[in-house]
Order: sequence, then C-alpha cells, then structure tokens
Amino acid sequence: MSVSAQKTRFCWPMERWPMRKLWKDALRNFGGIGVIFILLTVGGWLIFMIILPQLIMLDFSFRPLLPLRKLGGPEDVYTLKNYILLFTTPLHRAIFFKTIWASVIVTGVALAICYPISFYLAKVAKGARLGWILMGLIIPYWINELLRLFAWQLILADSGILNQFLMFLGIVSDPINFRAGNGAVIMGMAYAYILFMVFPLYNAMESLDRNQIDAARDLGSSWLRIHWRIVIPYAKPGIAVGCIMTFMLAAGSIAAPQLLGSPSSFWFTQIIYTNFETANWNQGAAYAMILAALCLVFIMIMLKVFRVSLKELAK
Amino acid sequence: MGQANGQDVEIADVSMRYPGSKRYAVTDVSVHIQAGEFFSFLGPSGCGKTTLLRLVSGFIEPTKGEVLIGGQNMRGIGPNKRPTAMIFQNLALFPLMSVADNIGFGLEVRGVSRAERMKKATELLELVDLPGVEKKKVSDLSGGQMQRVAIARGLAVQPAVLLLDEPLSALDLNLRQHMRSELRKIQKRTGVTFVYITHDQGEALTMSDRIAVMTDKGIIDQVATANTLYNNPKTAFVADFVGENNAFLANVKEIINGYALAETSFGLLKGRNPQNLNPGQRTLAFIRPEALTLREGAETAENVVKCIVKNLSFEGAFITVFLKVGNDNSVIMRQSNDGSTPLLKIGADVDVCFSAENTLLLAYGEVADA
Repeated sequence: MSVSAQKTRFCWPMERWPMRKLWKDALRNFGGIGVIFILLTVGGWLIFMIILPQLIMLDFSFRPLLPLRKLGGPEDVYTLKNYILLFTTPLHRAIFFKTIWASVIVTGVALAICYPISFYLAKVAKGARLGWILMGLIIPYWINELLRLFAWQLILADSGILNQFLMFLGIVSDPINFRAGNGAVIMGMAYAYILFMVFPLYNAMESLDRNQIDAARDLGSSWLRIHWRIVIPYAKPGIAVGCIMTFMLAAGSIAAPQLLGSPSSFWFTQIIYTNFETANWNQGAAYAMILAALCLVFIMIMLKVFRVSLKELAK
Repeated sequence: MGQANGQDVEIADVSMRYPGSKRYAVTDVSVHIQAGEFFSFLGPSGCGKTTLLRLVSGFIEPTKGEVLIGGQNMRGIGPNKRPTAMIFQNLALFPLMSVADNIGFGLEVRGVSRAERMKKATELLELVDLPGVEKKKVSDLSGGQMQRVAIARGLAVQPAVLLLDEPLSALDLNLRQHMRSELRKIQKRTGVTFVYITHDQGEALTMSDRIAVMTDKGIIDQVATANTLYNNPKTAFVADFVGENNAFLANVKEIINGYALAETSFGLLKGRNPQNLNPGQRTLAFIRPEALTLREGAETAENVVKCIVKNLSFEGAFITVFLKVGNDNSVIMRQSNDGSTPLLKIGADVDVCFSAENTLLLAYGEVADA
C-alpha cells in the first residue's frame, strides 16, 4: 500500500519544470513567427527599457565622481562611498526618513479617504449614480498633474481661496501659511494619488458578495464589525496594492514637493534631482537605488502585514 | 440542545413596493405561521417570495402592513436585532474563515469567548450530522456540507425563526432529495420555526407542515397542507402549479347535486364544483394524469373521452402516455406499471375515462406557465 502510494507520488524533476510545456503551448498558440515576434519585442523591451538602464545606474552608483580624464584610471574603482554619504550627512538622512514617514502619512490619509468612497462605489451606488461618481473622480485626472498642483497652490496661497474663506468667516484674522510645513505637500499628494488608491480598493470590494454583508448583519453584526471581519479581509489584496502604489508614487514624487513645498519640506527625490542637475550622476544614482530599495522593502512589509502573496496581488 | 423554541410569525396585510418601482412585489399578504412549524412559500420565480423573506428578516420594511414575530411588532427593528436567522440562496458563507469561525460568527458578535464558540460549533456540527470539520476551510467542503454549515451558522444564534431562501437549488438532484429529509429532521430536533421559500413544489410538498402558494402577482392564493393543496386546490393557479394537471377550457352548463356539467370542445364533462360556479361561467376542468384510465370493454364511467395516442414514455414504475383529444388538446395519462401493463401503440384510438370526483371545475383564471 505504502509502496504504491510512494510510486505514484514520484515524478521526474524535469516534469515539475514547466518550461517544455510552456514552449509547446506558445508554439501551438502563436506559431513560430509569433513566438519569435514576442521574444523580440518583449525581450527587447525588457532588456533595453528596463534591465539595461537600471544596470547602468547601478554601475554608476558604485563609482566615484571623477573628472573625465580620470575615468578608467586607477581611482575609477567600485566603492560604497556614494551610499555611505547618506548616513554620514545628517541633513540627507533627516530628509530621507522624513520622506518615509511623510509618504506613510500620505498613504494613510489616502486610504482613510478612499476606503469609504470605494465601498460606496462598489457596494452601495448603483447604475447612473455610479457612473456619475466615477466620472467625477476621473475627470480631474484628465488635467496634467502639474496643473492640478498649481491649482492647489492657488487654493493654499496666502491670498488664496481657502485663506480668504477662513478670513471671511472670521475664523482667522491673518492668512495662514499653509505651505510652511509638510501639510500642503502631504495634502497635495493624497489628492494626486487618490485614484491609485480608489481603483484597487474598488476592484477588490466589487466582487464581494453582497449576501455576505447581509448574512453578517443578519447574524447581529454591527457595521464596524462587518467591515473589520468581512469587507477588509476580503479587500486585503486591493488595500495592499493601493498602499504600495500610493507609497511608491509619494516617495518618488518630485512635482508635489517642488510646487507645494517650502524649503523645510524638502523631499528625498529633490536631493536626487539636484545631484543629477549638478552632474553628480554617481551620487544621484546611489540615492535613486536607495529609494528603489526602500520601495521594495515597503512592498515586502505590506505583503507581510496583509498576509497577501504576490499571486493574489496580480489579481 | 438549549435552542430557543420557535416563535410564531404573523404577516398582517403586508404589501411591498420597492422605491422607484410602480409594481407591488408583494400584495396584501396575510399569513399566520405557527411556532415550531415548517412553513413554505411556494411560487414561480419572481413572485415576491424572496421579498417576503427579506421583509420578515428585516432587510426591508413593508410599504403597508406589519410583521410580528412572537407577538412583537418588528417595524423599525433591523435585521441584526430580530430573532431570525437567514440561510441565503448562495449560502453566503464567509470564505476567509474556518468552518468553526463561520458558525461562531453570530456568537462572536455577541461577545461569546472563543472556547465557548468552538464548543458550540462542535455541538452544532453534530446536530447537522457533519462532525469533525471545525478546522476546515469553507472552500474545502462539498455543496451538501456547505449547506449544513450554513444551517449550523444560522442556528448558532438560537433564532426563533429560521428563514431559508431556496437553499437547496444549487445542489444536484440526489443531494437535494437527501437534504430535504435532513432539513426536516433538523427542524424537528430544534423546534425552531422554519420559513422556507422555493419554486420547487417537490421540496415544498415533502417538507412542509403547511404551504402558501403565491401567484406571480405576489398574491397568496391558498394556504394549506400538502395533501389539501394537491387534492383540493382552491384556484386554477394552484391546481396548475402544484403537481401535474390536465386542464381543459369549458363552460358550465348545468348544476346537478353539487356536481356541474361543463361543455368542452370535445363534449361534456362532469366534475366537482367547489366554487359553486353558475351555468354560463367560464371554467377550467382539471384532471390529474394518474386519475385517467383506459376504458375496458363496455365499462361505463362518468366521463369518457376519445383520444389518439401521440407518444409514450416508459419510466419503469409508471408509463406516461401523451394523448390528443378533440382539436389538438393534449392530455397526459399516467399508467402505473405492475409488470403486465401492455404498452399502447402510437396512433391508436383509445377511450379514456375518469370519475366526476376526480374532475375539478375551477373558475377560469391565471395559470402558471408550465
């Protein structure tokens, strides 16, 4: 009995490796020319658009900044100097960590705003109303991000609409300088990336069976518990995707801090930008790599926190 | 078991019109469901059965009329506060929770400790004859097992009334028949009032203490036991919808000692006249397929019609004979097969007879689409 059971379980290692099957399926589905075309286009795109530029940046990041004539010379060796600089420069370090927590706040604010919107869209709104709200969400995004940020500038300016309104109501006597701290930048980003949070959440919630909410309610559950026990666990992959996208966009944003920020709200991307602008590509590349690594770490943390696998994420 | 005993449900003059809709989904429904009863609402799909169930469970409030459970008016009381539990058509089990967590959800809401919930889940799984699956994921269960888990989850909150929304419709035929008797057993064991809705008359007839038949206008035509519904339907709709029936359009001609003579396109039929129809009224004459027999020799019967055999379907214990009478009126006759019943020839002329007692004349009206 046990022998035969073992026999059936045994299989050649090659059969576990699905390459041959993949290849055969591809040939059957697309034909020889099709397969060559796909390999050339996808392969070309992967190599020239993604892998190669990143590798060049990686190479840059480990080399010192040298004058042209010294390139290839004895000083042109791999070094960690560019990376270490982040930890030895207090200002850069402070801005780096500020960027992290501010991006986390942006993500949190966007999640707090988008969760109810998404739930309303996915499970409450119906028919024409759903269409109108979706349009209302999308239309502002027909305008370029820069223009939207300029609009925020107008709203938040000393003589802007918000200050005038507050003064009209008599709440404040002098205009508030909204752009002094990080508030304006965080607000602007939360606004700019709302869609990237709404749609993953909406997608995830939309397929939730309405009967499950009703069943929980019928069993005596409060609305809070329905969300905590039924909706949020179900929408977890969507929440993870939304948070990852918003965080990466926020951490990698340059326009919002540039337009809405003040010198005190400097963003890590602005340091990278300055480096490239002042022709210190090596330093810029190293910092860009650190930012990429940060985003990778954030993805891993999100997957861990939400106990979501990469496969679920792809849905 | 510690289950709360069932309570009665009074549906008093309830009408329901959804906001924005012109048509009433449920019209003037008045039913009193006894405590501990297995009560079914039977009707074609779209007749407002589900609406009625949602009215009792509290997901919607009636436009008119009241729902009382255990004598208490339920107006303004939400579904989470009513002594009811609902079994959804698609069961609506929580896919991300274990079986035990599913069953314990209603108790979790009520602040019952985890150990207590596990104990209760084990107890309930035994009650529904599905012991030992506490730790399993819902998706690892078969259709019939999910069914039992859904019932256990509903019973866990000790409802006075369990509302079942066609829960067997997703199962295959064998399982469905098995679950019928299981449901009945569970209901007897717990004493909870079961309110069951279905479009499947087989389900309603086999399980229920009483059945309410609803027409597709959301009106209740008759509330009675299965036996009464089958033998003494009150309206043409019930006669047509419950069980198989031959229906012939006719006009009442004459009344003789409680029976009536009705004129069809192929001659006179004598039948019972429970509605006291008067001569001249349009009527439908209903005769069950099993009430039809072949005339042997010169035997006399109250009703005899000449038919042509169109087709046969041999089904073992019985033979269904498709006949034609008059100008293309189709008739179905069911012969029981005792092993020596000869098969009729297709195209043969036969005399089919049936008693006046088995012929039911009811006022012409709306019938269900067969």
